[in-house]
Amino acid sequence: MHELSVTESLLAIVIQSAKENHALKVTDITLSIGALSSIIDDSVQFYWDHISKGTIAEEAILHFNRIPAVLHCLNCDTEFTMEDELVPCPNCKSINIEIITGEEFQVDHIEIRKEENNTDETTS
Amino acid sequence: MKQRVEIVKRILDSNEQLAQQNRKKLDDHGVFAINVMASPGAGKTTFILQTIARLPKDIHLGVMEGDTAPVTIDSDKIVAAGMPAVQINTGGDCHLDANMVGLALDEFDLDEINLLLIENVGNLICPASFVLGNHANILIASVPEGDDKPYKYPNIYRNIDVLIINKVDLLPYIDFRMDYFRQGVEMLNPNLKTFEVSAKTGEGFDGWIKWLQEKVGNIQE
Repeated sequence: MHELSVTESLLAIVIQSAKENHALKVTDITLSIGALSSIIDDSVQFYWDHISKGTIAEEAILHFNRIPAVLHCLNCDTEFTMEDELVPCPNCKSINIEIITGEEFQVDHIEIRKEENNTDETTS
Repeated sequence: MKQRVEIVKRILDSNEQLAQQNRKKLDDHGVFAINVMASPGAGKTTFILQTIARLPKDIHLGVMEGDTAPVTIDSDKIVAAGMPAVQINTGGDCHLDANMVGLALDEFDLDEINLLLIENVGNLICPASFVLGNHANILIASVPEGDDKPYKYPNIYRNIDVLIINKVDLLPYIDFRMDYFRQGVEMLNPNLKTFEVSAKTGEGFDGWIKWLQEKVGNIQE
């Protein structure tokens, strides 16, 4: 349930960046979340829908770029992807492994709208 | 007109900045701080009490107690053992964060202590994501929890400096495969400093106390 804290931090970063870039609206947010980072997409989305209300990032679409856990065997040089559970190297059974990807936990970029379209109701 | 703005920032960046401030404050006062993590019931408070009972005279300890509810059961035990303790009520949050720890630091006389134990909320998932500014992370894993924990909760095993395997006095009574457990730990965190202890009987504490003494000695040099 730490997704609430995580989502609050996300909102703060997005709003700050949007303001720095004189955005009127944030429409899309792209996140990289590694498979080992113990963050649940649905949970972030759930909190997002609540806490972004009334901000310039309200209704922004969250795009989750899921990064698989890729491991590298230091014994035989095999690279393999962790599926459900941590396992020794499938090739040589060594436990001498390192984690290459899967621990990411970041905001990559946002899409913002800087000015209203001419057809927008605010100009009519 | 739509525009893409590149950010590439860790989501918990602001927590990490606050943690750096905590670290500086601790360093300025020569206090070695340890974040103690574990699942509920692993024996965190008993472990701290056993540590207090064996504390060398040159170590002056303070304890922060993180709890999700405003109960002072744990901090009362620490105070009864003669040590300054500050209770942090997280208001239901499942972890401590750098801001809570920063506020609680202000309640200690940091010149009076040289070791701070921060007892995190009992949880194997959330605390792993929030750095606090402490110098070392330790995890207390008790054997009744099962030998599969490194496989199920890899994240917390990645970012620890010391692993305490607690309640080893119960090993004869339960099915805990130490080899399997340690294999999972080794994959996630090679050559991790590990102590097998019983916080109840005090078995295995000599090595842990020696480690503490070295660390506290180093930071004060």
